Amino acid sequence: MPNYLAIDTSANASVALVDNATGLVVDQRVSSKGNDQTETLSAYVKELLDAHGQKGQDLAGIIVGVGPGPFTGLRVGLVAARTFGFVWQVPVHGVMSLHALAEQVLDAGEAPAQFIVASDARRKEVYWARYDQDGAMVDGPHVSAASALPAFPVYGIGAGIYAEQLEEAGAKPMPESFEWIANAGYLVRRGISDLAAGKDLSDTSPQYLRESDAQVPAFMKQAK
Amino acid sequence: MSNTEPVVLGIESSCDETGVGIVRGNRLLANAVSSSMDEHVRFGGVIPEIAARAHLEAFVPTLQSALDTAELTLDDIDAIAVTSGPGLAGALMVGVSAAKALALATGKPLYGINHLVAHVGVGVLEGTVLPPTFGALLVSGGHTEILKVTSLTNDVQLLGSTIDDAAGEAYDKTARLLGLGYPGGPAIDKAAKDGDRKAFRFPRGLSLPKFVGSAENPGKHRNNFSFSGLKTAVARCVEHFEANGGEIPVADIAASFQEAVVDVITSKAVRAMQEQGLKTLLLGGGVAANTRLRELLAARCASAGIALVVPPFSLCTDNGGMVAALGAQLVADGVSPSGLEFATDSSQPVTNIVLNSRS
Ligand SMILES: [Zn+2]
Repeated sequence: MPNYLAIDTSANASVALVDNATGLVVDQRVSSKGNDQTETLSAYVKELLDAHGQKGQDLAGIIVGVGPGPFTGLRVGLVAARTFGFVWQVPVHGVMSLHALAEQVLDAGEAPAQFIVASDARRKEVYWARYDQDGAMVDGPHVSAASALPAFPVYGIGAGIYAEQLEEAGAKPMPESFEWIANAGYLVRRGISDLAAGKDLSDTSPQYLRESDAQVPAFMKQAK
Repeated sequence: MSNTEPVVLGIESSCDETGVGIVRGNRLLANAVSSSMDEHVRFGGVIPEIAARAHLEAFVPTLQSALDTAELTLDDIDAIAVTSGPGLAGALMVGVSAAKALALATGKPLYGINHLVAHVGVGVLEGTVLPPTFGALLVSGGHTEILKVTSLTNDVQLLGSTIDDAAGEAYDKTARLLGLGYPGGPAIDKAAKDGDRKAFRFPRGLSLPKFVGSAENPGKHRNNFSFSGLKTAVARCVEHFEANGGEIPVADIAASFQEAVVDVITSKAVRAMQEQGLKTLLLGGGVAANTRLRELLAARCASAGIALVVPPFSLCTDNGGMVAALGAQLVADGVSPSGLEFATDSSQPVTNIVLNSRS
């Protein structure tokens, strides 16, 4: 039975090999650090493929997290996934990375009627999206200060980092989720179910949500 | 694989060019380059985040283009080389991640190599024969270095470099001051053609005796460059004309600025060659296209009895072919590949030609 390879680098490098038939994670690797995607990603993929006798060209496809997430790490996963797809001639499917957190909420059971997932966007902001209790996204993805989030239960590491601000704003940070970051094993669930529902996931463009921040430099302003 | 004629694919992403080149031994088979230069124009210089975004979008199409041009498939490739540094960290990571994925997916060995040494390595392409030991002068938007190359694959020494801006950066900034647009190198070169290079005497950075010393007792900055003072001097000059309500003599300032840059670069490079007993100098980097630099360097090399080697311009600017060329040298020399776990090194020293595998 063909497997999917799932990659998400919107937070830490996370790679999973998933059985297409059951949707279950066969094996996975997750880095404990948030800044070593370039060093770890391909080594993780190699470990998983080798350990399970999986040939890249026999994969059903690659499911990759398109963010939002810190740009540099995000690009590491996207360029690798596209390159794997190119060499192995297998399809690459893009899935918004916050969906991985939503899947984790559903997996934990008894999801609220409406909830928010939030990841760390640095610069005192979070990436976030709002979902219904079936996991369908109803708003997002956005990037903003935690204090600007609407008053719903909030899951994910973004809730952990900004618990106080969220409470002050009337939202409800959920402590059991304070360490949760996007994980390829959860991401792939959404990918497989979206594909089964006939959704087009062929777009692997990164969800930057922010401009490049390029400033016209001072020496150009001086020039008249 | 043939040891002397390995087919190597090289990947470059250290600045604003996404390059994929393919060589067979010393023969260049393809050199596909996608540049994000146009996107940086309004900022007057390379914006790292914009460059990194462009690398992601350009990588696979550039790879495809190089394979098409070479009329090869990935099966024909013996090894892959990628620039691991120096350069812009976020830009480097795109190329290195892509290279690792490519190496893993194809099962080919991967070399993480030094961008500056690759600028020199390009000199072995297209029938150029370099002596065992030679010097190199690299001048671009990102670097200004004098190197001594004893072996391309295991012995390269930094003789001098800029302590502030790269020469190309100084060109970009000056071009902005003069309203000449980006990139500054070609714009200033063009404007300078109608100007008097002796109209203004702009400073030659780090040329005072206290920095230079003597051959026997060299000063700390004997072979180093500084362009920040020059940039300030040009700004003052422009302000002076503006304050007096006069027309700014753009051509004369451009020519005088260019002369200051080129004079100090060529004189220091040639002196370093003489003091090191080097008889051949290779010029590399994007500023190698500058007509005045080539003219003055050729003249000074000739009078010092130094042979000057200037690769074709398309190989002087950042490109994947130069990475492939150095990679092929490493493969031919039996150097161990770098594996899949090395990190990028945005300030990789020239002494670190190829990254070691972490074991
Ligand atoms: Zn360069």
